Amino acid sequence: MAEDGIILETRGLTMRFGGVVAVNNVDFSMKEGELRCLIGPNGAGKSTFFKCLTRQYKPSTGQVFFRGADITSDITFQIARRGIGIKTQVPSVFDGLSVHENIWLSARRHHKTREANRITDQIIERVGLGHATKKLVGQLAHGERQWVELGIVLTGEPKLILLDEPTAGMTGDEVGRTTELIREINRQAALIVVEHDMQFIKAIAQKVTVFHQGQILVEDTMINIMNNQQVRDVYLGKHSV
Amino acid sequence: MDLVGIQIIQVLSGIATLALMGAGLAVIFGMMRVINFAHGEFMMLGGYVVIVCTEQFGINLWVAMLIIAPILVGLIGLVFERILIRFLYGRMIDTLIATWGLSLFLIGVITWIFGNVTRGVQTPLGSYSFGDYSEKTYTLVMIAFTVVIYLAIFVVLRRTKLGLIARGTMQNPSQASCLGVSPPRVYMVTFAIGAALTGLAGAILAPLNTVIPTIGVSYVAQAFITVITGGAAAFTGTVLASGVFGAVRQIISFQWTPILGQVFLLITAVILLRIFPTGITGRYFRRST
Amino acid sequence: MTGLLASGWRFDSNRHGTWAVAGVMVVLLFILPVLDDPLLLLQVRYYVSMIVLALSMAFIWGFGGIMCFGQSMFFGLGGYAYAISVGNIGESTAPFFLAMIIPAIFAAILGYFMFFGRLNDVYVAVITLAVTLALYYFINSTSGDEYSIGKARLMGFNGISSIRKFNWPGDPKALLSANHLFYFSMGLLIATYVGLKMLLGSTFGRVVVAVKENELRAELLGYDVRLYKLTVFVIGAAIAGLAGCLSINYKNFISPNAFHLSLAAQIIMWVLVGGVGTLLGPMIGCVVLLYVSFILGTGASGGGLNTYLIFGLIVMIFVLAIPQGIVPTLRDWREQGGRYRRAIAGAVLNLAEQLPAPGNVHVRAFGERLLGVLGPTAGDRTKG
Repeated sequence: MAEDGIILETRGLTMRFGGVVAVNNVDFSMKEGELRCLIGPNGAGKSTFFKCLTRQYKPSTGQVFFRGADITSDITFQIARRGIGIKTQVPSVFDGLSVHENIWLSARRHHKTREANRITDQIIERVGLGHATKKLVGQLAHGERQWVELGIVLTGEPKLILLDEPTAGMTGDEVGRTTELIREINRQAALIVVEHDMQFIKAIAQKVTVFHQGQILVEDTMINIMNNQQVRDVYLGKHSV
Repeated sequence: MDLVGIQIIQVLSGIATLALMGAGLAVIFGMMRVINFAHGEFMMLGGYVVIVCTEQFGINLWVAMLIIAPILVGLIGLVFERILIRFLYGRMIDTLIATWGLSLFLIGVITWIFGNVTRGVQTPLGSYSFGDYSEKTYTLVMIAFTVVIYLAIFVVLRRTKLGLIARGTMQNPSQASCLGVSPPRVYMVTFAIGAALTGLAGAILAPLNTVIPTIGVSYVAQAFITVITGGAAAFTGTVLASGVFGAVRQIISFQWTPILGQVFLLITAVILLRIFPTGITGRYFRRST
Repeated sequence: MTGLLASGWRFDSNRHGTWAVAGVMVVLLFILPVLDDPLLLLQVRYYVSMIVLALSMAFIWGFGGIMCFGQSMFFGLGGYAYAISVGNIGESTAPFFLAMIIPAIFAAILGYFMFFGRLNDVYVAVITLAVTLALYYFINSTSGDEYSIGKARLMGFNGISSIRKFNWPGDPKALLSANHLFYFSMGLLIATYVGLKMLLGSTFGRVVVAVKENELRAELLGYDVRLYKLTVFVIGAAIAGLAGCLSINYKNFISPNAFHLSLAAQIIMWVLVGGVGTLLGPMIGCVVLLYVSFILGTGASGGGLNTYLIFGLIVMIFVLAIPQGIVPTLRDWREQGGRYRRAIAGAVLNLAEQLPAPGNVHVRAFGERLLGVLGPTAGDRTKG
């Protein structure tokens, strides 16, 4: 662990696609145990930022540090092993495998077979999929597949979890459960949550970072953000930046 | 000096051969992302069209080669696009296997009609001498044809409405259909044009190669490697890759043996793809021409 | 619902099927020699070597998701490795292992470039195709005296003939009898089948299937996808090499045709027709299609005119209409077909005992899955 308690830091992180700059010179940092929300209009670069952090994209320039270690040149699986978990925007799960198998594959990375089986059962209960253990994930409703992915991510016991729109496709009830689950997870891990649902963000957020056109526009508490004229303009489409 | 001159011409002809092989595939695979494993057989058909036209019907070689071959092979491509390919758009591996089945089928049909024998097209225009060396004049013609074909492709894609529609549809079919273009029809026509280019290439190369039903196999791998190594900008990439591979193969062949030339072509390709997994132009160009 | 659900629990569901299939093979192992028909035994040995080859492709394609268009190159490399080393050593024990080790090493080098270079499926198909062709041309061109390794000449397009068969380990004079060769081949087939099944049931196998299902997710879990793919590829190559060495012991001869594309093509067809994602399917597909090409009168290499035409048609029809292959399709019928389909499929499948559940449960909606059998438009088997 880094001595200054910083879990994640990016310096000048930039991702260019041809002429388009999706993430532009982003200096981001957050502390151990923090729960950070990322908001911003569509195309602001939030998901691309996540993909750079997990090296699904190779950043054009810039550096990424995780708990003091430079992970810029690490590739995806090495980053995962360092303890960064991600729930992607469109659930990325093993559709052709059962719920149990999905979670088990995550558990088995860290534990011996028997222990993995035990943990798998635990996690399945925790995300409330006990009734569907043997179902193929591809057959589940969208909301349930979100839970499966969340389960997979939790099983890996990451130090930092990136959640890309965790409540998309969930019912009101499920959003409530997710809120609770996120608070619970936050006791063990730092979180970055990308969301559009402002009610949800209000319920969980400590600090909010606003992305706009690939850059960080503001970083503040939720209340200040909601009163920020600049942010409002961005959401209403005025180009004030 | 003569030796250098002849080597330069051979390198150029090697490059042109690869570029010619790759042209139709750059349309079908490079632009449409359709894996056409029957590419070699479309070329083989082009060769047979020339043979049948000139030998059976006494049609002028150039007419058969430059007009009849592309039209006929284009039509054949159109038919198979309708009955096979169109069901498989977006399913790459399925397309790969289905078109490979098509290639076996075409080999079977041609073998059935013409027998499994080697045919040849008389190389026209004789040869010229270059100091102590002599070279087929037709080789120069082939190089010229290749240049003309590529120029035509660039002009059509960049400067005409047809090219604009095709490029637009390949990049965003749903957007194109909103603008009143029918993507299935564009795909159909583009595939047929790709097939026609392939047939043309097969016809142009026929006088320099033997023509047998199974000749396609030796074309298809080289064509794919060239287009794949070319990367995202299908035509620019294919020209660049042809340049590299043609030069490597020809120089090695000249120094040692043609077989080693092939092997080195392959090694170069594998190494290039290790360095540029998305092809030479993948990193620097967005999808264009 | 129960049918597919049961198959979803795939890690554990297919033990019965495995033992049933293995059991049938063990019975054949003991019964066939008793029939005292040397010609039959010889033919069975030929089929056995090809089935081993089919298994290698079934494994890397159906479970590893690697579309190798040149599985025949490992078959050929194994054969040549055996032929050359047995010619030098004069004893078959080490050559037998070399027949697996050499293709494995070759696959490791080739696979390093492909998988660590992160080439996608299509590029892998094209590169394996090209390498196979290059090997074919290269071996064809080695007829000169200068191409020899130790005492053994490569012989180019003539092929290497009168290759020594297996002897008892350590005793070069004691060659295996026809019956023993049969036991050995059949035993190896059973071992390969059961071995692959066990591998697929192990943690390694589960991760391999997961990688095929969703490469990105497997990687986000911390699995080194490149290494898993490479390992699968290498194992497949070793098995194909084994098949090559077994096939030499059937005909005492190897020629560059072992690398020929028509063999590579047939291997893919066995798997495609039998069912991608099963082991049993490709084994059946292999036997059926070899028999078809035998009836067409062209033997195994498929050089004749009708084989091309008919195989081409088979491939196109299967991709369009029966993309899952026979075994999984029948299984679907049994689970969810109408009355007649259920009856037909039930009869066929029960005949073959309880079948291993298919691996490629690429799930689409139920109805679509059924439609996939009926028409070409439904059901997208690949993901991109």
